[in-house]
Amino acid sequence: MSLGEFQKQIQEMEKKIKEIHLFSQQQGVDLSEELKRMEEKLQNLRKQAYYNLTPWEKITIARKMERPTALDYIQYIFTDFMELHGDRYFGDDPAIIGGIAWLEKIPVTVIGQQKGRNTKENIYQNFGMPHPEGYRKALRLMKQAEKFRRPIICFIDTPGAFCGIGAEERGQGEAIARNLLEMSMLKTPIVSLVIGEGGSGGALALGVADQIWMLEHSVYSILSPEGYASILWKDSNRAEEAAEKMKLTAQDLKSFGIIDGILAEPLGGAHEEPKEMAQTIKKTLLEIIPKMKNNSMEELLRKRYEKFRKM
Amino acid sequence: MLGGFFKKTKYITMPRKTQVKSISHLNFLGVQEEVQPSIPDGMWQKCKKCGQILYTKDVEEQDQVCPDCGYHFRLSASQRIQQLMDPDTFEPWDEDLVLQNPLQDNKYLEKMKQLQEQTGLGDALISGKGSLGGYAIVLGVMDSGFLMGSMGTVVGEKLTRAIERATQQKLPVVLFTASGGARMQEGIFSLMQMAKTSAALAKHQEAGLLSIIVLTDPTTGGVTASFAMLGDIILAEPEALIGFAGPRVIRQTIGQQLPEGFQTSEFLLQHGFIDQIVTRKEMKEVITKILALHEGVKV
Repeated sequence: MSLGEFQKQIQEMEKKIKEIHLFSQQQGVDLSEELKRMEEKLQNLRKQAYYNLTPWEKITIARKMERPTALDYIQYIFTDFMELHGDRYFGDDPAIIGGIAWLEKIPVTVIGQQKGRNTKENIYQNFGMPHPEGYRKALRLMKQAEKFRRPIICFIDTPGAFCGIGAEERGQGEAIARNLLEMSMLKTPIVSLVIGEGGSGGALALGVADQIWMLEHSVYSILSPEGYASILWKDSNRAEEAAEKMKLTAQDLKSFGIIDGILAEPLGGAHEEPKEMAQTIKKTLLEIIPKMKNNSMEELLRKRYEKFRKM
Repeated sequence: MLGGFFKKTKYITMPRKTQVKSISHLNFLGVQEEVQPSIPDGMWQKCKKCGQILYTKDVEEQDQVCPDCGYHFRLSASQRIQQLMDPDTFEPWDEDLVLQNPLQDNKYLEKMKQLQEQTGLGDALISGKGSLGGYAIVLGVMDSGFLMGSMGTVVGEKLTRAIERATQQKLPVVLFTASGGARMQEGIFSLMQMAKTSAALAKHQEAGLLSIIVLTDPTTGGVTASFAMLGDIILAEPEALIGFAGPRVIRQTIGQQLPEGFQTSEFLLQHGFIDQIVTRKEMKEVITKILALHEGVKV
């Protein structure tokens, strides 16, 4: 059954429950047992619906405008977040945000691709598609984190690095490549979380980490399914078919051993309960970061190299 | 210098499929519709840039460079190795590395088999060790004739092994890129080759060893966004297409025409992303000079 069919059933069930509730109130009949059973059934149906999402349905959820962005999570997870701007070469890219903050009692550097929460923000943030200066800002903040031995937390959420004249003039390829090289050697723990879309090299440029986690309905791929379909089949309309083929869900990547873990989303997706999602992320960060700090730097770097070496 | 003034226009005669009144010059080729003079396969070729019809043997003698306008035709990996390395010194590595087909794509598997038969290559990269201008180097050469030189797990693994061995043996690496980017058919695994190769190069650099990258036509996508841009010294052949996104994608994204010369070697030189443009003719000499300056090991 597809999500649409599930949703239809769920709606019908909701309607029925409402009717029975109304009936029992009007007639003064006690149907609470019956209602309880139906509520349980409804909840099961909801769970099933989101447990069996197709890759394309997951993409739809991952791209939802209401889906919490990096800044939403930062606000819920950290305290005293202070944003730091600029790459010191060219400019400040609003598609990548970064800064310093407290994770409970641990000072950390936080970096994330930032999608807009409405159309106006999206235009300003370029739909989360960074320019080279965004990647260079990220690298500057990572180097700073290394200097002060702060763990780095990256939120990945981008359709891909921006394709445009300015991006090419300022070396989009070089900027991404430099991040891959530097991150592989950075002497501080790095955690990357894919919170929505992880699109191509533009995502990987924040993804060379010791620990890589994905939210349950997020996706991570070599290219958008539209781009994949356009390159291989010369038809970007076959994106849904491409999504099936590409193996881009968190579950696929976990089975391949590309990522370390999956963070369960609230029923219906992270946007239904952003605070709850943030708590799940926070709990995981507080579990894995102290463990990473226990490693010697040599050990940490060796493991990081081995992690990608195996892929 | 004066040679150009006295250059003879070359004429040839050939049978025509249909009778046409006045084609006396080969420059009309392609202008006349429906009239396709039949050229014996492989004897002649047309320059992509100046449109001149060239005698294939002439082009071969010029290392696949147009004798008229200097346009650099694409080279296969083996042609490149033959031109560059000292005779009988190149020893290829990992030729038998088997294809992983992580996404279980049968169509892809078939295509690969077909390509392997056609080209005699295992995948889009030849790696190995040999001597160049008398200096020992580790060499990697991509072949755009093999699935557009795309980087999947085999290319990524061969490259990583080559770089790692160079680090162990304290040798410089010289990498010639020619690639459309990460290979779509292997999905996320191809993407991860970008991180893997870059990390291997980081270790090589950390060991104080020299890496030279030579960008050739075309170098785009995930290859540009990884090891291709990470050499200590980055050279490029003239007029090569080099960029992150392909020109078609950019045109579609921004909805306007791209400026002339956009994403060429010359464009990258102007914007500060490569060290020098080097013609094919001078390539060996230039690389030898660089190796010497880094006090390379004489074989």
